[in-house]
Amino acid sequence: MSVDVLAAGRTRRAVRRRGALATLVVLVVATFVVTLMVGQTFYPPGDVLRVIAGQTVPGASFTVGELRLPRAVLGVLAGVAFALGGVTFQTMLRNPLASPDIIGITHGASAAAVFAITVLAVSGAVISLVAVVAALATAMLIYVLSFKDGVVGTRLILIGIGIAAMLQSVVSYLLVRAATWDLPAAMRWITGSLNGATWSEVVTLSVAVAAFGALLLSHSRRLDLLQLGDDAASALGVRVERTRVTVIIAAVGLIAFATAATGPIAFVAFLSGPIAARLVGPTGSLLVPAALVGALLVLVADLAGQFAFGSRYPVGVVTGVLGAPYLVYLLIRTNRAGGSL
Amino acid sequence: MTATHTLHTERLSLAYGERTVVDNLDLTIPTGQITTIVGANACGKSTLLRAMSRLMAPTSGHVVLDGKELHRLPTKDVARTLGLLPQSPIAPEGIAVADLVGRGRHPHQKVFARWSAEDEAAVLAALDATDTVALADRAVDELSGGQRQRVWIAMALAQQTDLLFLDEPTTFLDVSHQIEVLDLLTDLNRQRGTTIVMVLHDLNLAARYADHLIAVAEGRLHAAGHPADVLTEATVREVFGLESQVMIDPTSGKPMMLPIGRHHARANDVTPIS
Ligand SMILES: Nc1ncnc2c1ncn2[C@@H]1O[C@H](COP(=O)(O)OP(=O)(O)OP(=O)(O)O)[C@@H](O)[C@H]1O
Ligand SMILES: [Mg+2]
Repeated sequence: MSVDVLAAGRTRRAVRRRGALATLVVLVVATFVVTLMVGQTFYPPGDVLRVIAGQTVPGASFTVGELRLPRAVLGVLAGVAFALGGVTFQTMLRNPLASPDIIGITHGASAAAVFAITVLAVSGAVISLVAVVAALATAMLIYVLSFKDGVVGTRLILIGIGIAAMLQSVVSYLLVRAATWDLPAAMRWITGSLNGATWSEVVTLSVAVAAFGALLLSHSRRLDLLQLGDDAASALGVRVERTRVTVIIAAVGLIAFATAATGPIAFVAFLSGPIAARLVGPTGSLLVPAALVGALLVLVADLAGQFAFGSRYPVGVVTGVLGAPYLVYLLIRTNRAGGSL
Repeated sequence: MTATHTLHTERLSLAYGERTVVDNLDLTIPTGQITTIVGANACGKSTLLRAMSRLMAPTSGHVVLDGKELHRLPTKDVARTLGLLPQSPIAPEGIAVADLVGRGRHPHQKVFARWSAEDEAAVLAALDATDTVALADRAVDELSGGQRQRVWIAMALAQQTDLLFLDEPTTFLDVSHQIEVLDLLTDLNRQRGTTIVMVLHDLNLAARYADHLIAVAEGRLHAAGHPADVLTEATVREVFGLESQVMIDPTSGKPMMLPIGRHHARANDVTPIS
């Protein structure tokens, strides 16, 4: 009888989780298709699906296949990458404030890119490379500065917020000094945007998402065990420091490549995990649910940014407006003990 | 499951940075028995327990499990033999009791393996032993301190190890729950032969529940052996700097200690109970 009770509870939690996951998948797919349909010219779903299937549809093949499709796919990939990177840090450090877009990792990428554009006057792939290296370097710097007999979450978060603020002022300084013709290129590194998405960016980011995403998924249970505290996790057979370094590399890699592709789309990393946690309930890994939420957030915000207002806004402006109130809310309740997802 | 594992330390020294906490310690954990460790705050009990469960590398000396150097053994293999309930584990927000206890199954699971019938049976047995089956669906953060402590013990039980280490498993518990937890651990020891090592602060409970009592003072072994030989007025004085009276516990026949203190002794005459 008690076996049944145990199984019943587990099934109930699993059903809720599966329901939430299925709903998210449907929403992501639906938003994706809508994104491909709407724009200056409207194409019915049939045309869109035929373009995706590789058939030639006059007009739609170019507009959907070369303009809207890379934009939508890049949006999904960036959403997934930011969300995975964010939820990994939040889970590992047991704190929603520990997201890479709060603790300075994306700021490192932005500052380096803006520096490369306005001071070094480089362009194209070199900027992305600089951004990736800078994100990794910033993560390492924060890790080293907060390392003292292992890494303690709150110390890392405070140091990270400090570094984020410093990098932000570096960006402001660079922008004030920048030549006007550099500003449009530099702006993208401040508010993330899907404008001008190309297939080559899609390819690069999808390789990064596949590689780092697989690495994270293979560590998902160990990542969850880290939440019990270092001692309990290692008593359960987790190599704590090694697991931590592995998931940090994977998460920072995802954030860095996504930032290089789209710029820092504000708060997607920060919001996806907590939203996913509310939706699926406290059972199982948050990686996949958060990734779906991230993709959905970016797609919806980009649609809204393009069509919901009088003028067009980059996706990062819309997610910024969504995320800011939640950040304020978290900072207000941060005094409450033991905040986690 | 009969416990045949052996564990001892050889000239074990442990340090945090420059500060040596445990110095040159030789001790043997008797297989299939209950060992309790007592000592003053900050004398190194938790540190010792962490090193004996592979959470901390020695600065010199060895911890030897089944004749092999513990720190050379793979983490997951060790975790199938030896479980530890740390002094302050953290429950993820909102997690259900059954899920938390299920995490104890990690050392028995492959990377992408699904939840097995064996895992389910182990979790159920652990919940049953700790009398927490009725709590299985509740969120851990909604439980009382005593209930939560039993759930953590259930997680350690689900790990199904032959050696089980517990760091102050009775803190935060009222007296009846303390007894309940210690009785439960004794059941586990008697029924399954699990070797139990725990840190306790209550000397009387430590003496009563131990087959083997270890007194640690400033990172050194002060005394080890049968509680009757270890819990003496001299030990209490030397380990805790406290004057006391030790007498026979009428319930268990084990020694029991009453602290004297500066204020409440009757003038020049303190009469033993028996
Ligand atoms: N992570 C750490 N880093 C540095 N020093 C530590 C660390 N953990 C413990 N110590 C120090 O090591 C010494 C022994 O600590 P330990 O936790 O082993 O004591 P304990 O006997 O378990 O004490 P208590 O009865 O209070 O739990 C103390 O002086 C403590 O300050
Ligand atoms: Mg301790």
